[in-house]
Amino acid sequence: MLIKRRGDIRPSEVTPYGVYLRRREFLKAGLAAGLIGAAGLAATRSVGAQGSPGKLAGIRKSNYSTLEKPTSYGDVTSYNNYYEFGTEKSDPAIYAQKLRTRPWTVVVEGEVKRPKTFGIEDLLKLPLEERVYRLRCVEGWSMVIPWVGFELKSLIEQVEPTGKAKFVEFVTAYQPETMPGVRLPVLDWPYVEGLRIDEAMHPLTLIAVGLYDQMLPNQNGAPIRLVVPWKYGFKSAKSIVRIRFVEKQTRIAWEKAASHEYGFYSNVNPEVDHPRWSQATERRIGEDGIFTPKRKTLMFNGYAGQVASLYAGMDLKKFF
Amino acid sequence: MSTVDTSSIAGRGRAIASPSPRAIALIKAVIFVLCLGPLVRLVGGAALDLLGVNPVELIRRSTGTWTLVFVLVTLSVTPLRRLTGWHWLARLRRMFGLYAFFYAVLHLTSYVWLEQFFDVAAIVKDIIKRPFITIGFAAFAMMVPLAVTSTDKMVRRIGAKNWIALHRLVYALAICGVVHYWWLVKRDITKPAIYALALAMLLGYRAVSAARKRTP
Repeated sequence: MLIKRRGDIRPSEVTPYGVYLRRREFLKAGLAAGLIGAAGLAATRSVGAQGSPGKLAGIRKSNYSTLEKPTSYGDVTSYNNYYEFGTEKSDPAIYAQKLRTRPWTVVVEGEVKRPKTFGIEDLLKLPLEERVYRLRCVEGWSMVIPWVGFELKSLIEQVEPTGKAKFVEFVTAYQPETMPGVRLPVLDWPYVEGLRIDEAMHPLTLIAVGLYDQMLPNQNGAPIRLVVPWKYGFKSAKSIVRIRFVEKQTRIAWEKAASHEYGFYSNVNPEVDHPRWSQATERRIGEDGIFTPKRKTLMFNGYAGQVASLYAGMDLKKFF
Repeated sequence: MSTVDTSSIAGRGRAIASPSPRAIALIKAVIFVLCLGPLVRLVGGAALDLLGVNPVELIRRSTGTWTLVFVLVTLSVTPLRRLTGWHWLARLRRMFGLYAFFYAVLHLTSYVWLEQFFDVAAIVKDIIKRPFITIGFAAFAMMVPLAVTSTDKMVRRIGAKNWIALHRLVYALAICGVVHYWWLVKRDITKPAIYALALAMLLGYRAVSAARKRTP
């Protein structure tokens, strides 16, 4: 297996070298920050924009894309929540470079007729499309991100869920040797997320393998992640290793951490506040100036037209 | 001239009664300017767009952090003075306390202006509904009378005894400030725990020395 790989180096496998080079930029940025204070902030800000993990080809455009102005690549890749690499927004861009993304497989199992293990190389060969989606974080900020990927639905159809498959569980990578954040029990590792099967089958629900025509940077959940644009960002699990079809609703990571603050559904909803802050408004990263009032958050993050019917008759205050 | 004075402080440490008034004035001036550093960084950073991806978050967090730091520094003066015998340190305490208030004003302003954009209804709702904001606001409210009575004239006016009693509020507001931080973090309590530990040590020192005084 190893020998076979040696003769068959894909561009993707060269990535760590680019990443390796990028480390020096961090060092420089850090040095600059130490030496000239505020100027150092500029250096750390541009770090995310330097080096790219590899270009993806043959990407179709999609009608599901928003026409809003995408957030810059630098901001998208340097302001992240990926607690396995630390709880500061700047941590993942620095520490996630060690994440091992090859070899990578995604095991699809549970209540399905054809369980299957997908190699990341096979998934990257699937027809890819660009989806420019709004992303609304539960913390009250938002971005617009041009994801590259395919509908989760197309993957689900390959494994043929049984009648018992009511929910889909997503288990993400747990690499204690590369993830400094998992040393602390901040969350119950590995990070687990879940969707109801109809949410998972919805055409807006995306499996992303890239952004801005590039393969996903590690800090954004390389090599493969979920994107559910009408839910708060934490629902879109990063670095997925296992997709399980189950009968019972998953207890998701943030629900286990604080069930009165984070629920299974976590649909973006300006009318249902987080217990500690209002969800009525948000700040668009990179676009809204310091003195710009925050913008109004839209129901289902502006995707109500497509997804509101999934929740018809449900009390969204109760099923938050 | 003054360089000689400061080096003599460092050189003789405990032995010296007090640096000359001139040296103290210089030390105060230097510290005064240094304490403006966090503000200069924020204003300069905002003007040059160097405050990172989410400038408002950085401003809010930075002003909050510096408020707590200055509260803790203010509370360190007395223990430090007793432990080192450098009683002249007391001359710096008012400045640290007023800087704590100064950064608290900036912190509150960043919330009222940059977060809520003067939406009074939303602010009132926050103060009532969200415990971390309630307690943060309480901490700020307690700082106001202390700042107002910080002048020598006010000390004379209300009397030293009353002044000391009033300024014991600093212990309560420091606790409220740390709890405010503890309650606002999403999950990782490492940093608020560090502030809590520092405050516990500073208050613990006072509790122990008060207990010793009572049982001679």
